[in-house]
Amino acid sequence: MSNVAVQAENLSYAYAERQALTNVNFAVEAGALFGLLGPNGSGKTTLFRLLSTLIPMQTGQLWVCGLDVNAQQSEVRRQLGVTFQSPAVDVRLTVSENLQCHGSVYGMSGRELRSRTAEMLDRFQIADRAKTIVGQLSGGLKRRVELAKGMMHSPKVLLLDEPTSGLDPRARQEFWELLVAQVKSQGTTVILATHLMTEAELCDQLLLLDRGQNVAFGSPADLQNRVSGERLTLKVRDAAACQSSIEQLLKCRSVVVGNQISLRVDNPAEHITAVLGGFRDQILGLELTRPSLEDVFLELTGRPLIGSGAEHE
Amino acid sequence: MNSAAIWALTQRELIRFLRQRTRIIGAVGQPIIFWVLFGAGLRTSFKAPSWAEALPHAMSYQEYFLPGVAALIVLFTAIFSTISIIEDRREGFLQGILVAPVSRLAIVLSKLSAGTILALLQAGLFLLTGPLLSLVGLGAPMDVSWTIPRIMMATAFLALIAAELTALGFMIAWPMNSTQGFHAIMSIFLMPMWLVSGAFFPGGDSGWLFWLIRINPLTYGVAGLRRLLYEQTLPVTPELPSMTMCVSVTLLTTVILTLLSGWQVSRASVRNAA
Repeated sequence: MSNVAVQAENLSYAYAERQALTNVNFAVEAGALFGLLGPNGSGKTTLFRLLSTLIPMQTGQLWVCGLDVNAQQSEVRRQLGVTFQSPAVDVRLTVSENLQCHGSVYGMSGRELRSRTAEMLDRFQIADRAKTIVGQLSGGLKRRVELAKGMMHSPKVLLLDEPTSGLDPRARQEFWELLVAQVKSQGTTVILATHLMTEAELCDQLLLLDRGQNVAFGSPADLQNRVSGERLTLKVRDAAACQSSIEQLLKCRSVVVGNQISLRVDNPAEHITAVLGGFRDQILGLELTRPSLEDVFLELTGRPLIGSGAEHE
Repeated sequence: MNSAAIWALTQRELIRFLRQRTRIIGAVGQPIIFWVLFGAGLRTSFKAPSWAEALPHAMSYQEYFLPGVAALIVLFTAIFSTISIIEDRREGFLQGILVAPVSRLAIVLSKLSAGTILALLQAGLFLLTGPLLSLVGLGAPMDVSWTIPRIMMATAFLALIAAELTALGFMIAWPMNSTQGFHAIMSIFLMPMWLVSGAFFPGGDSGWLFWLIRINPLTYGVAGLRRLLYEQTLPVTPELPSMTMCVSVTLLTTVILTLLSGWQVSRASVRNAA
C-alpha cells in the first residue's frame, strides 16, 4: 500500500446540529489528481477540514502518507499544502513577502528561501508581480499566488478547496493549466473539492459525495460508463403536469429539475419521435447527450449536482 | 525552526502596521491628546497622593498622568495588534497558519512579540519626548530626567507590560468572530481596567475602589513604570507597591496569560475552520 497517499476508513463527523459525514471510505493513489465532487452541504468541506487538521477527528481513521492524522498531527501538517476557499494570502503584503513568510513558517531560511521564492514566482508566472501588494492583484492572479504559496514547501499532498470559485472561465482555465503542469512535474498528490463538472472531468479519480455519504468512486470515464444509453432532456411548459404521462408513454423513469424532464433512453430516435408526437405543445426544446458526471450523480442520488432543484437548497 | 517562524510572522505584523498609517495615529494620538487636555483641565483640582511628598517638587496632574498615558498607548497598541487575529481569521490567513507545522505557542508568541515591539516603540517614544511638550506650553514642567540605566530598565519593564496586555488581548480576540465584539469588551473591560490601575487617578486609602485597584494586575505595571521615572526611591504605599512586587506580579500575569492563550490555540475546534 506504499503508493497510497491518503486513505480514509469509516470516517464520520457530526457538528452540534447536523451529521456532516457518515462512514466515508476512500483511498487516493500517490501522484493522482483526486476530486471530491458533490453539491454544497455534501460534506466536502468537512472532509477537507479533517484532512487539513483544522478540526479534531471524531470517528474513523485517516492517513496521510502513512501518517495517522489523529496521532501524528504535526508530521501530517508537514506533508500538506492547503488552499482554502477563502484565500489565505495576506492582502497587505507583496507577492514575494507572502511566499517568504510562508516559506519561513515551513522552516526555510536564507539562500534556500530566496531561491525557492524566485523559483515559485517563475513557475507560476508571477515574477513580474513580485513586488505588487497582493490586494491589488486580480482574482486570477491572487489564486495563482495562493497556489504558489501552497506548493512553496514542496508538499506531498496538496489540498484545494474549490480553488477556482469566483474566477471567470479564462482565469479558471489558466489556473488549471498551471496546476496540472506543476503537480504532474512534481508528482504531488492533489485532493480537490469541487462542484464543477468541468473541473471534475479533469481529475484522475473522483469520489462522489452526497449528504455526507459515499455515492460512487472511480475515474470520470468509469463513472460515466455506469450510466447506459443516452440522456434525453425535455424542456417543457409544465413539468409536473406531463411528467407521469411522458413516463408512461416512453416506459421509463424520469427526473424533474425546474421545467426540465430528464430521461435515460436506449433508443433515442424512437423515443424522440414518440414524445414529439404525443406532447408537441408541451415541449419547448429537447436535447440528447452522452451521460455526463452530472447524470451519474442524478442517477445515483436522484438529486441534481447543481441547478435550481428545490430539494437542493 | 519555530523561532524562524515566529520571527517571520512578527515581521509580517510589523510590515502590516507600517502600511496602515492610521493605526499609529489611533494608538498614539488619542493618549497624547488625553494627556494634554486632562492635564490642562484637572490641573487645579488634582490632589497629589501621599507618596509624592518624597519628591523635591510639587507634582502636577500631568506628571502623575504620564506613566498612565504610556500604559494607555501600550493598551491601545495591544488591542490593535490582537484585533488583527479576528481579521486574519476572517480573511483566511489564520487557517493557513493553523495547518502549518508550527507549534501553537509559536503562533501566540509571534503576536506577542509584534505587539510588544510596536508598543515599546510608541510608548517609549512618548515617555522620552512627552515631557518636552512643556517646552511649547502644552504641559506643566516636570522633573523627569532620563539616564541610560533607567532608560534600559524602563524599556525592559515597558516590554513586559506590553507582552502582558498583548497576551490579554490575544485571549479576548481568539474566540471572537467580529471586531465589534472586541470593541464592546474594550469599552466595558479594558478601558475600566486601565482607569482603575492608578493610571488616571490615585485610589485613596479605603473603599471598593481601593480594593479594585489593588487586585488589578495593571496597577503593578503602572506603578512600576512610575517608579522608573524617578531617580530617587519613592515610599511603598498600598497604591504604589514596591518595584519587586511590580515586576513579580506583571511577570506572573504575563506568563499565565501567555500559557492560557497557547492552550486556547491548541484546542483544535470547529471554530478554526470557520
